[in-house]
Amino acid sequence: MLLAIALFLLAAEVFVPKNKKESLIHLAILLFAVHTLLGFFFNETGELFGGMFRTTELIDLFKTILNIAVLLVLLQATDWIKDKVLRDNRGVEFFVLLFSSLLGMYFLVSAGDFLMMYLGIELSTLPVAALAAYEIAKRTSSEAGIKLIFSAALASGITLFGISMIYATNGSIFFNEISTSLEASNLTILGLVLMTAGLGFKISLVPFHFWTADVYEGSPISIASYLSVVSKGAAVFILLILLFSVFNPLMEIWRPMIYIIAVATMFLGNLFALRQQNMKRFLAFSSIAQAGFILLGIIAGTPTGMATVIYFVLIYIFSNLAAFGVVQAIDVKTGKERINDYEGLYRTNPKLSLVLMLALFSLAGIPPVAGFFGKFFLFTAAAGEGFYFLVFLGVVNVTISLYYYLLVVRAMFLRKSENAIPYFKSGSYIRIALVLCVLGILALGIYSPVYEYINELSLAF
Amino acid sequence: MDILSLFITVPVLTIVALLFAKSLRHARQVALVGSVIQLAMAINLVFAYFREKATNDAIMVFTKDIVWFESFNIHYSIGVDGISVALLVLTSMVVLAGVFISWRMEELPKEFFISLLVLSIGVYGFFISLDLFTMFVFFEIAVIPMYLLIGIWGSGPKEFAAMKLTLMLMGASAILLVGILGIYFNSNTGGGPLTFNILEIAQVSIPFEAQRLFFPLTFIGFAVIGALFPFHTWSPDGHSSAPTAVSMLHAGVLMKLGGYGVFRVAMYLMPEGAAEWSWFFIILAAFGVIYGAFAAIKQTDLKYINAYSSVSHLGLVLFALLMLNKTAWNGAILQSLSHGFMTALFFALIGMIYERTHTRDVRKLGGLLKVIPFISAVYVIAGLASLGLPGFSGFVAEMNIFVGAFEHDDRFYRIATIVSVSAIVVTAVYILRVVGIMLMGPIKNEQYLNLEKVTWFEKLGILLMLLPIIAIGVAPLWLSNMILESLQPFIQVFM
Repeated sequence: MLLAIALFLLAAEVFVPKNKKESLIHLAILLFAVHTLLGFFFNETGELFGGMFRTTELIDLFKTILNIAVLLVLLQATDWIKDKVLRDNRGVEFFVLLFSSLLGMYFLVSAGDFLMMYLGIELSTLPVAALAAYEIAKRTSSEAGIKLIFSAALASGITLFGISMIYATNGSIFFNEISTSLEASNLTILGLVLMTAGLGFKISLVPFHFWTADVYEGSPISIASYLSVVSKGAAVFILLILLFSVFNPLMEIWRPMIYIIAVATMFLGNLFALRQQNMKRFLAFSSIAQAGFILLGIIAGTPTGMATVIYFVLIYIFSNLAAFGVVQAIDVKTGKERINDYEGLYRTNPKLSLVLMLALFSLAGIPPVAGFFGKFFLFTAAAGEGFYFLVFLGVVNVTISLYYYLLVVRAMFLRKSENAIPYFKSGSYIRIALVLCVLGILALGIYSPVYEYINELSLAF
Repeated sequence: MDILSLFITVPVLTIVALLFAKSLRHARQVALVGSVIQLAMAINLVFAYFREKATNDAIMVFTKDIVWFESFNIHYSIGVDGISVALLVLTSMVVLAGVFISWRMEELPKEFFISLLVLSIGVYGFFISLDLFTMFVFFEIAVIPMYLLIGIWGSGPKEFAAMKLTLMLMGASAILLVGILGIYFNSNTGGGPLTFNILEIAQVSIPFEAQRLFFPLTFIGFAVIGALFPFHTWSPDGHSSAPTAVSMLHAGVLMKLGGYGVFRVAMYLMPEGAAEWSWFFIILAAFGVIYGAFAAIKQTDLKYINAYSSVSHLGLVLFALLMLNKTAWNGAILQSLSHGFMTALFFALIGMIYERTHTRDVRKLGGLLKVIPFISAVYVIAGLASLGLPGFSGFVAEMNIFVGAFEHDDRFYRIATIVSVSAIVVTAVYILRVVGIMLMGPIKNEQYLNLEKVTWFEKLGILLMLLPIIAIGVAPLWLSNMILESLQPFIQVFM
């Protein structure tokens, strides 16, 4: 485990002195791919720093999932980096910032106490704020950076406040100790609420979602996709760990809270997505709605719930990155990012349209692509604990979301347009990334051992 | 590979072959070969079924069971009884006829045939599934290609119709999902593990409270696609905008998923819930029967007439299923099959008329019998079959349904039955009105004098639909016996 991180740091270090332009991208991606692959095979479990930093097989799985996501993001970003970033000689910083943010995520999911968790939150967010403002020429990009850093600062402040309350009542910041001595006092509950709120910012749950659309729209697409899958995924994982282990005794208290947030997130995300014209904003609200579905698994509070959430996040990474990848490919080549611009796309770029259609179907939850299985299992987990009405609200939202996903499909397939986006060829890295995403979307659902493996680990948790 | 899984793999292989098709000609040939193989398999299945049934007394034959998601006890579990065999044959025939009829499809032909085949995969898979999860997967696979099929190749307000149809059907399947989960989590009352397997769930009795809650959800979830009033509104819009082959498949096959699902899942697994709720759904179904018939009278667009007629006929299927006796059930299955062939035939004919005259407005057409005699003659035959003339399949089915319905002798059932029976008269009105205006009388437009002759492919497609209608009408007994035999487990559950 530490080996992996050391390699990772080494990789980051290696780049700093170099200034060769293109080869840098290849090297970075290669090293990171090796790192990801190694993560599959070499896993250690144990604790470090007196229990502050721990890994189990499950946490290794979290890291592998995050690695895959970052790898895909990097592959998709290559055209953009070549085009915009390398010109200003800022390629190295891009990778260093991204990797240090990922390191923050590692700290976050490996945290054994609140201090490490807080460190992880900070380390994972701050570099992203810089990255969001990476396109210096664009004013919206700077705006996105500012917005992100303000809301992130507020969120981490709130989290810290919550942590201090829990420390005040329990006298410990270690997860293991707290879970045994936790009592439902008012102060603890307040701490729980504040901490969930802080994490809610990162997952962009309603009502902590206000930054999402603006930041996604303003920042470079690869950063938006990073925020929407990696950052969200890591926060979901730590929320899982917290609610399932540390606050497990308080389940009856956090369940109604999650219930309300889930309903609000699903409905608001979906209803706002209906009216969006910009693909990035559209995907932003769609990702808010998806976060609402994730809560359906969390509310179950069972190992099954945990397994379904992890499984869903994994599928969501592939689906959402496929969608972002296509949007990015088109944006880099043509600068078009409105839904109307996609009209007639199938007749000029059939492959890209098919990828985007599969991705949207997966997000909407239509078989035989993976998203269907993810959603079905989330609903099963929630229904297993008797939340039938919540599941009903969930399926209502699936139908609403289908409408706006179909709007994009309509633009691509049904409409014909005089000035459709002309045929173009993307860079080979983007194409590799999209092929990987499509494979993931197709295989993850039908190929059941993936879920069984996750389920096994969750049962052991 | 077992005989049933072939129904999934053959269309999949056809799709793969289509992906490599280079030209329009090539794509058509591949689609044709693929669907001929499907039909051959279906016919082979009928014979194999009779052979197997002679020695094997199980409820389902040709069963196969593969564990899919172990932790949820989800299996890929398949098997057929007489009802599903009959519906599989129907499907394969309509698919082949659809390929014949859309031979001249020129816009994106490859994509068209691929979507058509995806739809057929969904339908085949649905009819052979014994596992609720697998069944649900196939159900949704069958619905989603409709969006592209109507949206890209349709006519009129196609985007609106496609969206409305997809959202209503997917919304229904979403409700269905809650129902299925409800069944799943109550399937362990007998002490066994939670299961999605229909045959296993039928062995345990789901608690009454759960049945009362989840029966209506499951019923509505399926019945929406079976055009239950008041959830039928997607059907007229969808059918009228869809291209010919899609209307055929949709009305002929896809809507049968509703009745089949209601019967096999909602009623078979939750008999007490069915008994509790039947009064409510009988009212809806009976009203749908009469409402569809009256609505058809008012329409002037041929496709709308036929779509409302479908609402009426399929309302009768649901009505018959809720009568909860053997005769009516037999009638319901026969009506499903008969309506499948009949309505597919109607849509094929309408498509051919539209292709030649470029209008579907009854008021603008006239005297077609003189210019396109083949189409017109078949239209008359189909019309007569539709209004239940003896000698055609419609009569056999409706006779069974109403005999079954009259076995109940309390006032509520009598009234509902009389309301439904009266729809037959109304059916005669709208069928004969169209025949009179459109086929008889003077030729209203001189252009109609030199309409194109019917091609061989079209004739083949038509005969494929026409022959079963007559066959079932003249010799219904072998089919009836096959169905009655398969109704045994249902009778055991309800009696």
